[in-house]
Amino acid sequence: MRHILRRRELVADDWAYLGEESAGDALIVPLAQLRAEEARWRAWSGRLGVRLTPADAPEELSAGLARLALVAVEFPTAGDGRGYSQARLLRGRLGFRGELRAVGAGVKQDQVFLLARCGFDALELAPGEDPEAARRALGRYTVGYQPGAATVQLERLRFPAP
Amino acid sequence: MYRYDDLDRAFIAQRVEEFRDQTRRHLAGELSEEEFRPLRLRNGLYLQRHAPMLRIAIPYGLLRAAQLRKLADIARRYDRGYGHFTTRQNLQLNWPSLAAVPDILAELATVEMHALQTSGNCVRNVTADHLAGIAPDEVDDPRPYCEIVRQWAALHPEFTYLPRKFKIAITGSPEDRAASEVHDIGLHMQRDGAGEIGFAVLVGGGLGRAPVIGALIREFLPLADLLGYLEAILRVYNRYGRRDNIHKARIKVLVKSLGAARFREEVEAEWLAGRASAPVLTQAEVERVRAFFRAQPYETLTDLDVTADREPRFLAWYRYNTSAHRMPGYRAVCVSLKAPGAAPGDATSEQMEALAALAERVSFGLIRVTHTQNLLLADVPQRELYAVWGELERLGLATANIGTLTDLIACPGLDFCSLANAGTLGVARDIQQRFGALDYLYDLGRIEIKMSGCMNACGHHHVGHIGILGVDKHGEEWYQISLGGSANGFTALGEVIGPSVPKAEVATTLERIVEVYRARRLEEEPFIDTVRRLGLEPFRAGAYASHPQAA
Repeated sequence: MRHILRRRELVADDWAYLGEESAGDALIVPLAQLRAEEARWRAWSGRLGVRLTPADAPEELSAGLARLALVAVEFPTAGDGRGYSQARLLRGRLGFRGELRAVGAGVKQDQVFLLARCGFDALELAPGEDPEAARRALGRYTVGYQPGAATVQLERLRFPAP
Repeated sequence: MYRYDDLDRAFIAQRVEEFRDQTRRHLAGELSEEEFRPLRLRNGLYLQRHAPMLRIAIPYGLLRAAQLRKLADIARRYDRGYGHFTTRQNLQLNWPSLAAVPDILAELATVEMHALQTSGNCVRNVTADHLAGIAPDEVDDPRPYCEIVRQWAALHPEFTYLPRKFKIAITGSPEDRAASEVHDIGLHMQRDGAGEIGFAVLVGGGLGRAPVIGALIREFLPLADLLGYLEAILRVYNRYGRRDNIHKARIKVLVKSLGAARFREEVEAEWLAGRASAPVLTQAEVERVRAFFRAQPYETLTDLDVTADREPRFLAWYRYNTSAHRMPGYRAVCVSLKAPGAAPGDATSEQMEALAALAERVSFGLIRVTHTQNLLLADVPQRELYAVWGELERLGLATANIGTLTDLIACPGLDFCSLANAGTLGVARDIQQRFGALDYLYDLGRIEIKMSGCMNACGHHHVGHIGILGVDKHGEEWYQISLGGSANGFTALGEVIGPSVPKAEVATTLERIVEVYRARRLEEEPFIDTVRRLGLEPFRAGAYASHPQAA
């Protein structure tokens, strides 16, 4: 059973990725698949999520974003930071309010604080990562300089959001 | 100078604890070297040839005496009693132990310093003109804006895992003493018709493997839009910069592949779309930071003739190592870290401590690091100059060679750095010895030599009047020589003159090149102008004359 650190709580994952066996009706589909079989997924009656690779443009989702309950953003390595910008765009400009999940080998305790600041509210930790350590890391800083997502509450910020 | 408030103090303390935890996990075997590497790099920690190297940030090159004392103390207790000042106004310790680094960072925090983002693929230390605040030709003091950018970049949630390192320089003067045109972003301060502060924005400059001068993408960016515009540039880079090849990952490659015009359109579009959610730089915050950089409480003085009846040694030092100040009765004093036989940019703990005391006595307790790897006492009353000279002489810091050929820039090279192909320090010593006669040096006038031990170009060899690049040739150290580069006012990249030469021949080759200059210069014509006027050919012919070993 896969677990997700969702808003600092470790919960069983109620979503399945396309191709996984699942009893539920919540399915995460790669963007390429969503594109290729648009009609099929428009007709999908369950909850729908999409999975972005680092090269995907979140702007492509804008028209169909209301239909999506989850966006999973892939971090194949900790060093590939494109997903941070994807998250900022989704939460900011595109106004996405559903679950924003970071997934991949790059999602580790040393990254989770920045991920949460960019708007990720669900962390699918890399295999072997200790969820307790990740939870602690989310509270590592009480102050910061740049505005960020409300997922992390800091006591003081230097540069406020508009 | 800027002082930390509660926010800065809490942030740095929490950062130290984060790194302490990361180091502990690494030493306990919980974090592999592969996992630890990007984390330690973001704290300036390299694992080098002999030992770790810790690069400590000196934002825009400015130090209080207490900070310099702390650096001296750290170098003595955790290292071998010296440090190396770099071309990006940082200080490198070459021999700390890995396990001690968290303690070093905690010590630094007590004097409001850190090593945050001095390495790794993130926004690096923001640099400025070393004459900021005192230069007669200045539009405005760039340091408050450097400080604002430093804070904005500190652990930026979105831009801490960029495709590659990212360097920003700000210059407040038309004469670009910050080499800003060869930075990822260069900001040139301007005033608009109404006298409001803003910046010309250059993007995509850089040295390294494919040297290029930055492209102007904004003529005038109002101050209030500074952070939003930087975010737009960084976002375009973070999304579209190449990550498949480390040698093509700098923003300059993206700017080149899109073309400057198209890149500019992307940034402007991103900026307009993201403007509403960009961090706000309020006037109150600008004023808060600016207040730390108000002019020093200068005395009302008049200019003195300090040269009357003084010995030639002092006169030479006065001429070469001091420069004009915008306040009457003051001079800026350059502290030469280029003594014969010394590694360029190195200073001992004793020298640092003595300088800290001297700065407290005669220069408002502040010391600056220049990008030419020297130190500067910026505000010295002219009546003190003779005594200051005496003290610097005693410390071995008064070599009267600033701006001359032996005031050369060099990275640490193969002696320390694991990236280097060739040594630089031995070659620097050869050059200093060969050109040791001061009369000869003074006759040559201004010649900037810049030397790097590999293509990464930490020694800025592309923009040296004479550039020297170490290359590896079948396991031997050889050196490629270029001419005609410049980083001041009129940025130009040097051209390689021909085949590389072996280590033992570098100083001789340079001597031949300057002899061509001596023979062909017009009256009072500086070296760089002669090179530009004549082109490379006569120098090439001279450099390789009877040079059987060149290959």
